[in-house]
Order: sequence, then structure tokens, then C-alpha cells
Amino acid sequence: MVLKITHLVKRYDPAGDAVLRDVSFEMAAGETLALEGESGSGKSTLLHLVAGLDRVTAGQIEVDGTDITTLSDAALAQMRRVVVGLVFQQFNLIPSLTVQSNIAFQARLAGRHDADWAAHLAQTIGLEAHLSSYPETLSGGQQQRVAIARALAAKPRLLLADEPTGNLDETTADAVLHLMLESAAETETALLMVTHSPRQAARMQRRLTLSHGVVSTRGPSEVAI
Amino acid sequence: MTRLGLGALLSHWRHNPWQLATLIAGLALATALWSGVQAINAEARVSYDRAADVVSGRGLAQITRVDGAKIRTEEYVSLRRTGWQVSPILEGEVQRGGRSVLLIGIEPMTLPGGEGTQDDEQSPLELEDTEGADVISAHPDDAAVFEGLDVTVRPDTARVPGRALADIAVAEDVLGRPDEISRLLVAPEQPLGLDPLPPTYRLTQTGDQTDVARLTESFHLNLTAFGLLSFAVGIFIVYGAVGLAFEQRRAVFRTLRALGLPLRRLMALLALELGVFALVAGALGVALGYLIAAALLPDVAATLRGLYGADISGQLRVRPAWWLSGLGMALAGTALAGAAALFKLARLPLLSFNHPRAMSMHADAAARWLALAAGGLFGMGAVIAIAGQGLFAGFGLLACLLIGAAFCLPLTLSAALRLAGRWHHGPLAEWFWADSRQQLPGLSMALMALLLAMAANIGVSTMVSSFRLTFTGYLDQRLSSELYLTTSSPGQAEAVTRYLDDTGATVLPIVWQDLRIGGLPAEIYGIRDHTTYRENWPLLQAVPQVWDRLAAGEGALINEQLSRRLALNPGDTLETGDRVLGVYSDYGNAAGQVVISETAFKARYPQIETLRFGVRTADPDTLAAALRERFDLREDALINQADLKAFSLSVFERTFAVTTALNILTLAVAALALLIGLLTLASLRLPQLAPVWALGLTPRHLAGMELLRAVALAAVTGLLAVPLGLALAWVLLAIVNVEAFGWRLPMFLFPAEYARLGALTLVAAVLAAAWPALRLSRTPPDRLLRVFSNER
Repeated sequence: MVLKITHLVKRYDPAGDAVLRDVSFEMAAGETLALEGESGSGKSTLLHLVAGLDRVTAGQIEVDGTDITTLSDAALAQMRRVVVGLVFQQFNLIPSLTVQSNIAFQARLAGRHDADWAAHLAQTIGLEAHLSSYPETLSGGQQQRVAIARALAAKPRLLLADEPTGNLDETTADAVLHLMLESAAETETALLMVTHSPRQAARMQRRLTLSHGVVSTRGPSEVAI
Repeated sequence: MTRLGLGALLSHWRHNPWQLATLIAGLALATALWSGVQAINAEARVSYDRAADVVSGRGLAQITRVDGAKIRTEEYVSLRRTGWQVSPILEGEVQRGGRSVLLIGIEPMTLPGGEGTQDDEQSPLELEDTEGADVISAHPDDAAVFEGLDVTVRPDTARVPGRALADIAVAEDVLGRPDEISRLLVAPEQPLGLDPLPPTYRLTQTGDQTDVARLTESFHLNLTAFGLLSFAVGIFIVYGAVGLAFEQRRAVFRTLRALGLPLRRLMALLALELGVFALVAGALGVALGYLIAAALLPDVAATLRGLYGADISGQLRVRPAWWLSGLGMALAGTALAGAAALFKLARLPLLSFNHPRAMSMHADAAARWLALAAGGLFGMGAVIAIAGQGLFAGFGLLACLLIGAAFCLPLTLSAALRLAGRWHHGPLAEWFWADSRQQLPGLSMALMALLLAMAANIGVSTMVSSFRLTFTGYLDQRLSSELYLTTSSPGQAEAVTRYLDDTGATVLPIVWQDLRIGGLPAEIYGIRDHTTYRENWPLLQAVPQVWDRLAAGEGALINEQLSRRLALNPGDTLETGDRVLGVYSDYGNAAGQVVISETAFKARYPQIETLRFGVRTADPDTLAAALRERFDLREDALINQADLKAFSLSVFERTFAVTTALNILTLAVAALALLIGLLTLASLRLPQLAPVWALGLTPRHLAGMELLRAVALAAVTGLLAVPLGLALAWVLLAIVNVEAFGWRLPMFLFPAEYARLGALTLVAAVLAAAWPALRLSRTPPDRLLRVFSNER
């Protein structure tokens, strides 16, 4: 299993309600999973916990066979560099670096930079003509494609995407999702994507719905890739 | 609407109290250093005016004897009888317990218009008490000097320290010089058809300024220049704080305008906000300036006394002029610093978004414009250097150099960071240098302030250390006699010299007369031809066989100050009729000096008794003890060389104590600017740092890099400050000092001092960056996560 979550609980306020309550599920290599739910249901929190950006209150998260809940901050940072790829809704590219440097950034941090693979990704996202541009000169869709290429450049085992198409129009969103699914399939990368869009979710192999911190629905996607 | 708008604007400061503190602190410090210097200058000028009233008469002409002798009472009476409206002045030193006071005797009845006795702030002088006893009016610190004398001392804090007033009859008694008059003050109104002044007298027209004021003008200009530099450094902080507040409030401005607040109203509100801050900070700054001035005034007073013989009151008074000047400078500085923000606001489109990289690109364009302006300033500086003259030209050159270099800094730093980025490979290094370039706009003002402060430190420390090195060597040459002796009477002088001749010691008379050359006070010395002078005197220029020709009475040596002031070189003729044979360096003295042979001096001033001597001996301690035992000499009548050197060096050290203190304060202000810049930037950094953290760096790692960035930027700025500081030192030594003091010094380099200053700057940078870095390393994940999503 690439991801195994067991009895996960997360509380921000020790005396308050849990944001996530007894969440458990697994993902296999190359599997795609949509995480749905209303605003405030805990989707992004779950993604952040899986990425090692935040700490659990209780339960276990195993990423690629390692229980990350016991790791130190430095080890979590190392895990993020090597095992996980992240795509955010706001793109969150590094404004001071060119498109090319942004794509290569994480892979180089992880010590896994493969120039041919990076070039292939750049070609795949259709931005090989903009490699020396800075992010702000690109459209939202282009920026998100750069963010996806950055996340995939290090060939992560698990790709985590937090509403990656939330800021994009429908056509661009479809293109971006297609790119993500295609690239993930090519590298056998498991994809866990938070989304509000049933249409987008339907294109994933599995769908999970979070409601008030509890996984309420699980099952195969209506539309297989 | 106005109130709501103002409330929205002010809410920014409520949420960013540190930024507000920065703005107020920067402006208050800038005003404090400026108004502190102004307070010192104002106090000194008032003291000069008071001194001028009693010493030379403000704007009054004076009569002295051509031969330098004292005027007898009968001569004075004779002049009055021929119609000359003159008033006698008798001056003399009264010494006790190592303290010396100049007692000035005046004749109140004939004193022109009562000028010499009071001014607008000074208490009226009553030279008799209610019982008719004789009164001396003196500063409370000087009262002890007159203890034991049959006079009543009336302490008066308004009196200038070191100068006391009395009726001329009282002065004659106290000084033991009956029937003597030092000079006559000439009333401005004289009867028509007045007989011409007999040729034995010299009528000297005193200008509107006093001698002391003219001599010290350059010193005060120096102080003012440092005050302005400190002010400029402070204004850089204000500019930085106002600019960052503008960037942070762009969204608020847009929202307020979108909600219907007119642009003009918004600009007026922003100006009002800045004006209130300026007044509050200005008032704080003036109060702080008072404290700074009070702390520095004793050193300034000592400097002026040691260097120019000028006495200024050690007591600081609150004067409306510098209060207003301080507040005015605070308002002007804020207007200058806020003008750019208001201009940007006027051109801010309603729909615009913040792009950090776009801001950085705009900053690149601004940096290029600044560099162009710097080129213009350097060009102007070159023109001033070639064509300019005088102290103002010197300071003009300094201003062009310093401001030009500061303007070049953003572009230079950007280029340096780009170069560093090319040398270092790896994703983190690449990001580090690129990100550092992006931070430059926010930090460039603080870094400019740091550059100016460091350059000023390097420049001034090079000047002072060069001066110290030269001065110490000069003292070794000039003070070559082992003992310096002052006798109390011609009889004692004769007895002592006879005894010294018998013991085999060499006696070198020290004899001089005050005179005026080029309208300013000067001294003429007569020296005996001796190897001591031939081997030791630091001659800068000389005709061949200068000492032989001097001994033969063919001319005179003059000091460097006089040579430069009157453009006199060997071969020229002085207004005393002496031919210039050579020019010698004479540091630590602002007045002109002429040296002729002892024989020529005695022929010219036969009435001057020789009472002081330099004594060359192999065993000064034994000889000093023998002299004291045999001749009942006063404690201060015999001074050994070491004491005199120590005294001279202490005068020297105090001379530069004020500039050193101002320098340190300026550097502290620059370090504060850096801290403030980093703190303010820290609040804007999270959106740029969070993605890097998410991609696999710990907050501690990021904090370390932030620290490294501050050190790297400070280090590059420090490296750039070295050549700038050395250029500043050169201008100070070769132009400003020559104009200000009349002497030129060789320039030495002090790498160890620069390294120490560099290390100090790096420590300051680490300290300034430590707090924001610590805050970053402790940033909880949820704060960083908010960057990615507002949803949980």
C-alpha cells in the first residue's frame, strides 16, 4: 500500500470538536482517489496530515510503508521531498524562480533530478516555450500545469492535490486533470485529490466523501479511466 | 466617510504596532540626532556672542598699540580729550588650583551703549553690591578662583565659563597691573572732525562676526554635516516603513476607493496620518535630542576650549528655535519619505494585484533610475572637486559621493546576488539567491542606511586614526624639550636661566606676542637658533638653508594654517613685512603662527619679557626637583614633556569624541533600520516561504537561510562600504579638514579597524535577523498552511 490511514483523529482545539474522526482507508500504487465533501468537512486537513504538513491527534498514517506520525520535523520534510508530490489550489509556485527552475526544484531537492524526465514533463504540459519565463507571466491554467509538473518531476509515490482545478475554468480544469491522471498513470503514482466537483471526482477510480470529519461514503467511481 | 476612511487606515497600525513603533522610532532618532547637534551649535553661538560682547565688542572697532605694548591710562585720557569716544578694557588671567579665568575689567560709564555688559538673555551686570563693595561677576564654576581676594564674587549661570567681569579698577587690583589698558573699544558714533589716530596706535575694525565665531564656524559646520548624515540615515528608516505600509495597504486603498472614497480624500487622510506621526515623533525626537546634546556638550565644550580657546557654557537651555527646527525637520523628513507613497497612491489603478515578482521587476526599474541619478551625482561631485572651493564645496562633494553611492546600492546588490546565483548550483542555492534579489526592494532602504553609516564610520575612523598617528609623531618632534618652565618675573627668569646654564642644561626661550594677520588673531614667536629646532621641526616646505637664514633674520617660518589661509608660500611676504622662509605643520591649533629669530623678535618687541623656557637636559627628573627646591616654583610652573604630551593627546581625543559618538549613534540607527526592515518583511514572507516549506524544508532550515541572507546582504554592503569609506576619508583629509582646520594630513589605512567594524556589522546583522528568524522557526504549521487554503 502506498497510503494506509488507520483511526485518524485530528483536533485543533483540545477541548473542541474533532475535525477528523476515526478516518481509515488505504490506497494502492497507481490508484486514483477523489476526496469530496462540503466546506469545513476536513478534506484539506486530511491532505495536509498525509503530506506531513501537520500533526495528527491520534491514529496512524503510513506512507509507502512508513508511519509518518512518529517522524521528526526533519524526517517529515525529507518524506515530503522524496515520497510526496503536492499540488495546491493557489498553485504556490516560487515567484523568484523561472518555470524551468520551478519544475526542477523539488526533484533537485530530493536528489532525483532527471533532465530528460523534466523535459518530457515540460513538453507534456505544453510549456516548453515558457521555460525561462517567470510564473506571474503565465495564466492560471499554465501555472497549475507547472505546479503539476513540479510535483511529478521527482517521480513521487503519492501525489496529493488540493482542489487543483478550483481556480480554473471547466475546459482548462479538464485539461489539467487529464494531464495529472495521465502522468500519474505513466509513473504508477497514486493520486489523492480533494475536489468539490462531482464531475472531476467521477473521473477517479475511487471516491470518498467526508462529512463532519467522518468518511461517509466509499466505493468505486462511476467512471473508470 | 472621512472618519470611516481614517479608521480603516489607522487599523493597519493597530494590527502592526511594531511597524508603527519603527516609523516613530526612526523619525524620532533622526530628529534627535539632528536637533541634538543644533542644540549644541545654538548654545555655542550664544556663548560666542556673549563672549564677543565682553571681549571684543559686537561689531565694535578696537584700538591697540602698534608695538603690542599695553596702553597707559594717560594715553587713554589723552585720546578721550581729543574727542575719541573710547572705553578701556583690561584683561588678564587669574589662576588657582589649575583653573584659569580670564578677568575682564571694563569701565561701565564709558562702555559704548552698555554693549559689553548685557545681552538679551544675560542678567544685568552690577559691579557694586548694595554696600558699595567691589564685585566680580563670574560663572558659578569659576567663583572659587577668586576666593581669598578682597572682592565679592557674584555667581551668575548666564556668564560664559572661563570669563569674569569686573570694574576696571577692581581688575587692576586683582591682576596687579595698575595703570594698564589692554585695548580700547571704539564707540560707533564719533564726533565730526575728529583728529586722526596717532601712528603709535592701530585701529582694527571688527567684523560682524567675532574671531571665535569665525574660527569655530568650520567645527560647527562639521557637526551640522554629521547631524544631517544621521538625519538622512533616520529618514531612510522612515522611507522604508512608509513604503512597506503602503504596499501592505494596497488592498485597503483599492477597497476604500472602490467603496466610494475619493482619491483626493484618501491622499489627504494619508498625509494627515503621516503629519500626526511626524509631530509626535518630532516632539519625542527633540526631547531625545536635548538629552543627547546634554550628554555631548561637555565634550564639545572641551573641544572648543582645547582647539580654539573658545569658552561655551556647559549648561544647556531649551531654546524655541531648535525645538521648532527639530519639528520642522521631522515634518520635512516625513514629507520627503512619504512623497513617494503618495505619488504611487495617486497613480494606483483601482484594479491591480500584488505580484511579488512584478514588484521586484518594478524595483529593478527603480534601481536603474537610481543608478542613473547616482551617475549624475558623481558627475556633479567631479565638477565640485575640480572647480569648487571652500568648506561648502567639500561637503557638497561628500554629499554627492555618499548619496550617489547609496543610490547605486540596489543595482549593485542585485548584480552581486545574480553573480552569486550563477556561482552556486543546487536548488536551494538557486532559490536562496533569487529570493534574496526579490527581498531587495524591501530591504534596500535599510541597506542604504547601513552603507552610509558604515562608510561614515570607516571614513571618520580613518581620518581620526590617521590624525592620531600623525599627531603623535608631530608631538614627538615639536615637544622636544624635556622640561617646560614658566617663571613669575624677569628677575626669577634671569636667576633660573643662569642656574640652568651652570648645570649644563640648554635653555630655549619661548617668547611670543599676539597680533592679527589677515584680520584674524595670530601669534608671533621668537626662537633661538638651536639644533633642537633644526633637527626636529616638521617643515612641510622650506627655502634652502632655511635655519641659517632664519637665524640671520632674513625672514620667518609660518604654520600650515596661515600658509593655506593666506595662500602664502616660501618666497612670499607676510603683512608683517617678513619674508616666508618655510611652512611647518602645526596640528591642534586653529590660529596662525609666525616664527622669527629670537634676535629679530627682541628688536621688534623689546617690551616683551621672556618668562617661559624649554629646557633640554639628560636628567629631567633630577633637574626638575632641583629647580623646585631652589626657586620655590609653583606646581604648574614646571611641566615635563610627558605631561604636556599627555595633555595634548587628551585634547586631541576629546576633539573627536563628539564625532565618534555621533558615528556610533548613526551605526546604531542603521542597525535598527535593518532590524525594522527585516521585521516588517517577515510579516510578508509567509506566502513566499510556505511553498518551500511544503516542498520539504523545515521552518528551522528556512530560518537559518533567512539569517544567512541578512548576513550575506550586510556583508556585501559592508564590502562596498570600504571603498566608499576610504573615498570619504580622502575627502575629509584632503579637502574638508584643510578648509575647516587649515591643515592637511597624510592618509593611512587601518585594515584591522575595518575588519573589526565589518565583524561588528555582521554581528549587528545577525542580531537584527535573529528575532524574525526565531519567529519563523517557531511558526506553527497551521499558520503556514493558511497560505494554501482558508479551509480546514
